[in-house]
Parts: sequence; structure tokens; C-alpha cells
Amino acid sequence: MTKNNSREPLFHITKRGATVWWKPLVIRAIAIVAGLFVGLFFAAAYTKVNPFKLLGYMFNGAFGTEKRIWNLLQDTALLLLVSIAIVPAFKMKFWNIGADGQTLVGCLASAVAIYYLYDKLPTWALLLVMMLFSLTAGMIWGVIPAIFKAKWNTNETLFTLMMNYVAIQLVSFVLLKWFPSGQNDFAKFFSRYGNMPKIGNPYILILIFAVVLTVTMHFYLSKTKHGFEVSLVGESINTSKYVGVNVKKVIIRTMLLSGAICGFVGFVLVSAKDHAITTTMVGGRGFTAIIVAWLAKFNPAYMALASLMVAFLSRGTSQILSQTGITNSALPNIVTALVFFFIIGCEFFITYSIKFRKKNKDSAPAPANEASGPAEEPPIRAEGETPSLAEAPAEERTPAEEALPTEITEGGEEK
Amino acid sequence: MISFIAQSIRMSAAFLFGSTGEIITEKAGHLNLGIPGVMCMGAIGGAIGARLYVSSLADISQISAFPAFVIPLLFCLVLASLMGVLYSFLTVSLRANQNITGLAISTFGAGFATFVNNIIPKEGFKEIGYIYFKLFPSTEKLGAFGELFFSYGAMVYLAIIIAIGASLILKKTRVGLHLRAVGESPATADATGINITEYRYTATIVGSAIAGMGGLFYFFDMNGGSWPYSDAISALGWLSIAIVIFSIWKPDLSIFSSIIFGLLYRLQYFMASATLSQKTLIGMLPYVITILVLIVTSIVGSKKAQPPASLGLNYFREER
Repeated sequence: MTKNNSREPLFHITKRGATVWWKPLVIRAIAIVAGLFVGLFFAAAYTKVNPFKLLGYMFNGAFGTEKRIWNLLQDTALLLLVSIAIVPAFKMKFWNIGADGQTLVGCLASAVAIYYLYDKLPTWALLLVMMLFSLTAGMIWGVIPAIFKAKWNTNETLFTLMMNYVAIQLVSFVLLKWFPSGQNDFAKFFSRYGNMPKIGNPYILILIFAVVLTVTMHFYLSKTKHGFEVSLVGESINTSKYVGVNVKKVIIRTMLLSGAICGFVGFVLVSAKDHAITTTMVGGRGFTAIIVAWLAKFNPAYMALASLMVAFLSRGTSQILSQTGITNSALPNIVTALVFFFIIGCEFFITYSIKFRKKNKDSAPAPANEASGPAEEPPIRAEGETPSLAEAPAEERTPAEEALPTEITEGGEEK
Repeated sequence: MISFIAQSIRMSAAFLFGSTGEIITEKAGHLNLGIPGVMCMGAIGGAIGARLYVSSLADISQISAFPAFVIPLLFCLVLASLMGVLYSFLTVSLRANQNITGLAISTFGAGFATFVNNIIPKEGFKEIGYIYFKLFPSTEKLGAFGELFFSYGAMVYLAIIIAIGASLILKKTRVGLHLRAVGESPATADATGINITEYRYTATIVGSAIAGMGGLFYFFDMNGGSWPYSDAISALGWLSIAIVIFSIWKPDLSIFSSIIFGLLYRLQYFMASATLSQKTLIGMLPYVITILVLIVTSIVGSKKAQPPASLGLNYFREER
């Protein structure tokens, strides 16, 4: 950081007014590509394969065969479903970090239904009961923090988070109760009971769920009174109260909905995808979904794209691993997180523009001691959109040029 | 019983590092949800340092205490601070949403730690773990007193010293006053000539470095140099963030609340007679208690027990 001993800043930052519609998209695209390449260079340093070749592997892994495309779509759909589940809560500025737990209890509830009722009900009835159980469980898990948030303004971020851990412990408790030996014998139930019928192939049904829920959620949020109230509470609680919205009711209702969809995802995971129950089956989707929803500005259509991107990154990176014959399960997480950093950072360049001071200096500009060469005399930029690399490492530069140094030092540092 | 309490106090150091670091960060107005990732980075930084040190030796028997302690610690501090730099760059300079940034840091930290753990050879880690674990040669003669006060590794004492130091700095010094002002009302602080950016960067980076040591401690001292899953370290990080609320943003109080969480966390190992399934229920306790604490503090909600007023809000001078 430059010391504030000189009061004449070299540049200043202003909020952008309305810009052309494509500008934010271009900035985001640059950020994604830049993040992807930082991730690829990281992977290249590790696998010792040319990054462009790795990019080829990624596309191969995501779109190479018909099965891979289906897998990609399934990943996208599941992530999208969780994002759809949390989006009403986040629109309300209710930080529901507990989607993992809400989904997991949904899984558990379905498993409970199978365990106790598998021989008593026909398949269609069993599936129905499983779904009801899962919805209820998810709702309960979601609404508990909401009630306390509504009544006493209890910190929901940590509350929902702790509920995740409670859910994990609960699942391991139930599993140990059922299978005291520690052997997870659930597969034997699943070989015959509680499976969703396959339409065409095992993936299509999940896709249908995702599409239907996305469209419904879009409609709910943008066209209904409920959706309006959700946005209103998110914008300003005082305004909501003033116009007569029952804030408490909205918070509780929205979290019931959010939890119910999470529970539904749990039901889908158990009945249509994993056919098993483990503590890790949700796999952090609840966290990724938050970032997905936030990146998409809570717009369901963009959320589908963002989910596709994340699914592509993780499938693609896995393919890098399998094609280079290196096993390291954590590489996809790293590449995805790197891309996230870039997208998070690029929001700044969408919201703000950087304007350089005209050359009417009454005092010398801040001593740019860590400047490298050309930084000293940045010419007056007409539109502050692409500032050159100037002194303070923090303050400016486009996302592409800018985040590269930070990320690379970071990546380079540790390998 | 004594050894259970001693173990809990030992365990509490992980929480104490984490919560002290987070308190310092939050005092500057930044809610760093990346602490779990930072702690993972701290732990794996220690592993990298340890690996570099061990690989520079001819064989494991040459490990000597001082470098084996300091080198992993340095690497831990560097990696954890880097996370702090990244966090504050994104949130202070680029004004990104703090929660989202924190979550991304947590994802990255946990992923990176697992990644490095998968490729790093761990010979000699056990020996280094022992150096971390044993500071005083023998405490047997002192009986229970010795076990309760002198049986810990250096990191435990370091945690307490840092917590007390942080508390004194926050309460008694000008720097602490400025830091609190930055967290309470950045606009006012800015008007009085305090450099907001500098304070926020420093607080976040120092806080991350301290929190990172929690991961290092858990890895080498508590776990004796065998890798705990990243998830386990992350869980400690999340609990540390909750302990901040429990300690009403006071590092000195955090010493006691960390010990309470240490007790809760160790309870399932203490109850040797409990069945596996009962142990999972006991393992639920720290999280349930945290929830209860959150509820109680929000209901009681006294004036003194409030977070810094501008916690979670980024400051932009021209938006006042």
C-alpha cells in the first residue's frame, strides 16, 4: 500500500453509471478465461504438460463422448438445483450457508423411508413417501435458523453452518445405529427399492427436474407477490415494514421454500443418482451453489450458465488428471477456486471505473516507489476502463492483467 | 480427568489462534469467512516447511529442535498471510463481497491443502510433531499441577501470549483504538486521518497469519504430524469464527471460551466407554452448543456484546 503521506491520488475510482449491456459480459468473460488459464498454468506446472494441451483435455473430458456430456449435464443440473434452492434466501439477504446440511438431511430422510418401508409399499408409493420425508426434513433444517433470525435476529450465517455439522453427525449416528459394524450396507436396499424410474437414460430425469425448477423459480421470483416481497426484504427491511410486509413471515416462508428444495435435491441424490447414503454425498455443493448464485446475480438463467461452467471446470480438470495419469483428487477444487477469485475480483471493474487525475498537480503525486517502469506517467484515459499497470499493486489494472501477478505468486510460491 | 482437562486446554489452542486472528480481522470491520481455508493453508504451509527442512538433511535422525520448529512456522505464516493478502486485496481494494470472498478462500485453502498433502512425502513429520508437542522435558514430578500448566507444546503458550497481547493492543494502545475506530465507523476514522486501507490490510493479514498457526498447531502438535483431513481443519475454523461471537470480540475472553470448546471437542475421546454411535452424538455437541450460544447472545443482546458496527461492510470513501 502506498502511504497516505501525499494527499493527491494518482487516480480515483467512481461508480459506473449505466454502461452498455455487453461490457459487464466482456469483463466477466475475460475474468473467466484469465482464471482458467491461471488454473491451467498451475495444472501445467504440476503435470508438466503444455497448458493448451491441458485445455484440450478439459474439453475432451467435458464433451468428449456422449456419456461425458451426460455426466456434465448431470453435474450441472445438480449444482443448479442447489443454487435454485438457495437463491430465494440469498435474494432476501439471508446467508443460508447450510444448503449442504439441508440437502443431507433430505438424503437421510429418503434413506429412512427406504430402510423402514421398503417391503411395505409399492415403488411409486415409496418414492412419494421418500419425497415427502425429504421435503419435510429439508424444511425443518432450513426453518430453524429462519425462526431465530426472524424473532431475534440471530446470526444466520453461523447458525446454518453449524446445522451442516449437526446434519453430518446425525447421518453418521443413524448409519451406526443401522449398521453397528460400521459397514455401510445400504446398497442392498438400493439394489431393489426406492429407485426412480429411468426415462431413456439415468440422467434425463434429473435434467427435467432442474429445468422445471429453474423456470418455476424464475417465475416465482420475478412475477409473483411472494417474489417481490423477497426482493423487498432483501433491499430494505425498513421499507418492507413501512409498506406493510410482514418481514418475519417472509423470512420464515422463504426459508421453508429454500429448505424444501434442498430436501428435494437430497431425495433426487438418493433415488436417482447415488443410490446410497454417506456423510459426504452432498460434496460441498451447498457452498459452490452460493458462489454460483452470487456470480449469476441471482438470475436463474445465468445460474444455469454458471453451474455449467463449474461443472465443466471440475469434469475437465478430472479429465486432465486421468489423461496425464496423475491422481490428485483436489486439483479440480483448486482450479475452480482460482476461477472464482477472478470472477469475484472482476465485479469491481463492472461496478466502478477508474479515472486518472488530469495533470493539474498542485502537489506531487504519491511517490510510486514500487512502480515498474511505465507506471509513472499514465496518460489521461478517456474511459477508465483499461488502466495501464500503475503503481499500487492493489488499486487497479484490468482483471486479466491484474490478478495474474497475485495468483501466480501464490501458485508459484507453494509448489 | 486431569489428563482430559489438559488435553482440552491443549486442543483449545487451535480455537484460540483461529478466534484471535478472526477477532483482529473483525475489529477492522472485515468478516473473514475464509478462516477455515486460512487454517488449512497454515497447516499445509507447515507441512511444506517441514518437508523442505527434512529433505535438506541427510537423514531423519539429524532433526534438531530449533529449525524443525521455526521453519514450518515460517512457511505457515507466509502461506496464511498470503491468503490474508488475497482476501484483503479482493475485499478492501476491489470491494468484493466479504462473505463470498471468504467462502472462495475456504474452498481454495481446503483444496490446496488436500492437493499438497496428496503429493508431499511425510518422513520426519512424526519427529517434528514431537518437537511441537514437547516443550518441557518432564512434568511427571509436578503431578497434576504440572500436567495442567506445563505439559504443553510451545504453540499452546504462544496462543495464549498472542491472545493476551492482542487484547492489550486493542484496549490500551493507539493502534488498537484506531483499529476499533476503523471497524466501528470507517468514515469517521477516515475523517480523522486514519488510513483505512492500511489498517484493514494489516489487520486482515496479521489476523490470517495468527489463524494459520491454529492449523499448524492442529497438524503438528495435536495430530502429531499426521495429516488430519482438510475437512477437520475447516471445522475448527468455522468453530473459531463462532467462538468470536461467544467471546464478544475480546481475545482475552476467547482464552476461556476456547477452553470450553476444547472440552466439548475432546469429550468424545474422554468417554471411552461410549459406543460409536453415542460418540457421534457427543461429537455433535460443539456445534449444538454453538447454536445455543448464538441464540442466547442474540436474545440477550446487551449493548456491550455487539459486533463492530461496520462489520461486513466495505468502505468506499465516495459513497458516504
